[in-house]
Amino acid sequence: MTEKIQFELNGKKVEMPLEKGQALLWALRTNFNLTGTKYGCGEGYCGACTVIMDGEAVRSCGIAMEDVAGKKIMTIEGLAQSGKLHPVQQAFVDHDAMQCGFCTPGMVMNAYGLLLKNPHLTREQIIEGMEDNLCRCGAHKRIIEAIESVAQTSAV
Amino acid sequence: MEKNKYYRDELPENNPVFELDRRDFVKLLGGGLFIYFQLGSILTGLAAESEQRKSLPTDFNSFLHIGEDGKVTAMVGKIEMGQGIITSFPQMIADELDVPLESIKMVMGDTELCPYDAGTWGSMSTRVLGPTLLAAVAEARSVLLSLGAEYLQSSSEYLVIENGVIAVRNNKSKNVGYGQLTKGQRIEKFMDVKPKTKDFSEYKLRGKSFRRADAIAKVTGEAMYSGDFRMPGMMYAKILRPPSHGATLVSADTSEAEKMDGIQVVRDKDLVAMLHLDPEKAEAALAKVKGEYKFDEMKVDDKSVFKHMLEFPSEARVVKSSGDVETGKKNAEMVIESEYHNSYVAHSPMEPHTALAYPEGDKMIVRASTQSPFGTQDGVARELGIGNEKVRVIAPFLGGGFGGKGSFLQAIEAARLAKLTSKPIMVQWTRKEEFFNDNFRPAAVIKITSGVNKSGKMTMWDYHEYFAGARGSDTVYDVADSKTTSHSARDVHPFGTGAWRAPGNNTNTFARESQVDMMAAKVGADPMDFRLKNLKDERMLGVLKAVGDLFGYEPAKLPSGRGIGIACGFDAGSYVAHIAEVKVDQKTGKVKVVRVACAQDMGYCINPEGSLIQMEGCITMGMGYALTEEVLFTGGDIHTANYGTYQIPQFSWIPKIETRILEKNEAPQGGGEPGIICMGAVIANAIFDATGARLYQLPMTPERVLEAIKK
Ligand code: FES
Ligand code: FES
Repeated sequence: MTEKIQFELNGKKVEMPLEKGQALLWALRTNFNLTGTKYGCGEGYCGACTVIMDGEAVRSCGIAMEDVAGKKIMTIEGLAQSGKLHPVQQAFVDHDAMQCGFCTPGMVMNAYGLLLKNPHLTREQIIEGMEDNLCRCGAHKRIIEAIESVAQTSAV
Repeated sequence: MEKNKYYRDELPENNPVFELDRRDFVKLLGGGLFIYFQLGSILTGLAAESEQRKSLPTDFNSFLHIGEDGKVTAMVGKIEMGQGIITSFPQMIADELDVPLESIKMVMGDTELCPYDAGTWGSMSTRVLGPTLLAAVAEARSVLLSLGAEYLQSSSEYLVIENGVIAVRNNKSKNVGYGQLTKGQRIEKFMDVKPKTKDFSEYKLRGKSFRRADAIAKVTGEAMYSGDFRMPGMMYAKILRPPSHGATLVSADTSEAEKMDGIQVVRDKDLVAMLHLDPEKAEAALAKVKGEYKFDEMKVDDKSVFKHMLEFPSEARVVKSSGDVETGKKNAEMVIESEYHNSYVAHSPMEPHTALAYPEGDKMIVRASTQSPFGTQDGVARELGIGNEKVRVIAPFLGGGFGGKGSFLQAIEAARLAKLTSKPIMVQWTRKEEFFNDNFRPAAVIKITSGVNKSGKMTMWDYHEYFAGARGSDTVYDVADSKTTSHSARDVHPFGTGAWRAPGNNTNTFARESQVDMMAAKVGADPMDFRLKNLKDERMLGVLKAVGDLFGYEPAKLPSGRGIGIACGFDAGSYVAHIAEVKVDQKTGKVKVVRVACAQDMGYCINPEGSLIQMEGCITMGMGYALTEEVLFTGGDIHTANYGTYQIPQFSWIPKIETRILEKNEAPQGGGEPGIICMGAVIANAIFDATGARLYQLPMTPERVLEAIKK
């Protein structure tokens, strides 16, 4: 019989057959059809696959499912609550902090993770914390401004 | 330009794609007014773009439909890859038609529903398609106006149109809505003359900034990219790649892979693919395949490539010539000869090439991350040996393109596999495949001989471009004896190359503007002053002065030690000028860009905020090719496989960015590319101003900067 694992996904308990070595990224995208989490490099360089695991921003392409058992996972789909954008999402919208939008879910989740740890990030801390999230379109300036606006109002 | 933000309360449909086939679509649209684009029409836009003049299917290809509910549907073959036409096109349409912005729905990049379009590139959406689209809209408005006149028993000169309602000017209670007019009718109009479009002074929505129409979809993860679609029984395909370009598969041993559970191995000529319901299983199977190859590679690498290019037999074409450069050279008081090098650069969109293909009846449906849905349709049809009408390509949101998604190999691969297996097939390139299969921006050599007299007047200019591409190679300066020659050849590159954001122009502007700076330095002139003196083009002078203002530029002789550089250029119909300030670490050679100002004259600007975002994106992306981006290779073997060995700009790089768009009432021009062309030169010139060291090769890596400082 195949082994099963349980974890919490966007606030709901879920169960799935364990495939040792399966990356969380692909479990999300294929098993759960949560396609907001993106593949950009598969090797931890780009951050397009960022999700929150037990309150911490992590790169889902580098996390094996056996390590997800019992954890709380939040993806971009779980951030907006009852149809209302999270302040970080709203700030991205208000600042036009995207172009193609492919990096956006990862950016939003990483920013959210940073703010969870420190709601009053300085500009320097934002830059440092976002450094390894890549954006090819060059939306960085507005992404920094968007996160800054949230950090100032500490709306998280 | 004033920053005016008009936010829409209600955003229209977030995903620009209909989940409908043509029959449903026509049924859904029902009655109403259809405006068709007719072949051979004299519309300026399409006439200018000869490749767009392909014969159109005649059954159903409209630009515009106005429904009985007053909703306007605009169909364009362009795609949205971040450049923002999903926002600016509705602005143009709503404005021209006098309807609320919310009533516009865009259907984009679907070969079945949209009129033919060669591709989304060259910053042509607004400047080339725009006028045609507007003509269609103006035609629709005039048809509606005459229907309205009939209905209201009035003459059209006594009528006004506001928010899709036609009313009698001095008795507005007498009115009728667009929707009501088209009710129960099916009116079809073919344009054969160019209707009169509105004048700039009548614009209400154009020229104002609107938030991206796709913003909410993008921050919630709901925006659908090619890899996000799912089909029952869909298999992920992983394809065997050669170790290098120039290697051909002799044999492949797939026996180990075949033993894996749930794996389907497909072999068809050169195509060897592992299929599985789980993408990682397909990948694991592929790792077990042993391929044998025979090699026929070019003996060239990233260091020897420039010599290789100059020795390669090429064809010379004179792009532009005036006076006589030989005499000019003889008479010049000072002559500078230089040679500039530029490296191969990858497009590297964050979304790698992706396609989902599935058979549906006798048709092949392909959802692909492509800048050219119709080109992809041609390619797939040819490959499968079926008619174009049997292939439907739909491009959903693209996760960046930059020219790299003009190629659509992944769509062909998916379609071939879908045909062979009769299953839905998803092909998603890995980052390594994306680097390997990319059509890189070509490496290039530029040779310039230029003359200047002691008073600072440029007197001669002899420009040779080798394999960069001619775009942007024109002198732009006012020089009596000047000549621009373009050298090209087939097969000079060891792998594929192609258009990269503002193709050719990044390399050409780097060389030209570096050379101009050297002349300014030679005669002891301020580089801004030197440029102003040697330019005649009013619009180029305009952007230079504007960027000087914006930056607060103070004149100084080169090198001033301040680390400030200037450059200007012309691309996609627009003029740009940049000033950058850098800090150079003299010990490590590391360059930090601290400030960039950019002024752009792009004619009339439809969505200023959207254009500023593009300029910021250009500045940011441009720092990459200027400072770090370089594809490393030996023969056909690409060493660059992931971001660990290919550094693109990151958050800590972001300088203070200041942008300005000049207010102009002239035809709208391109805005997605011009802002990037000066980035090599403006940083090179700033490095020179900081250190007195001249960089002749991009990217200006710390090693190269150090080497130049030591010279
Ligand atoms: S896909 Fe996980 S870091 Fe790039
Ligand atoms: S918005 Fe395109 S990659 Fe960031």
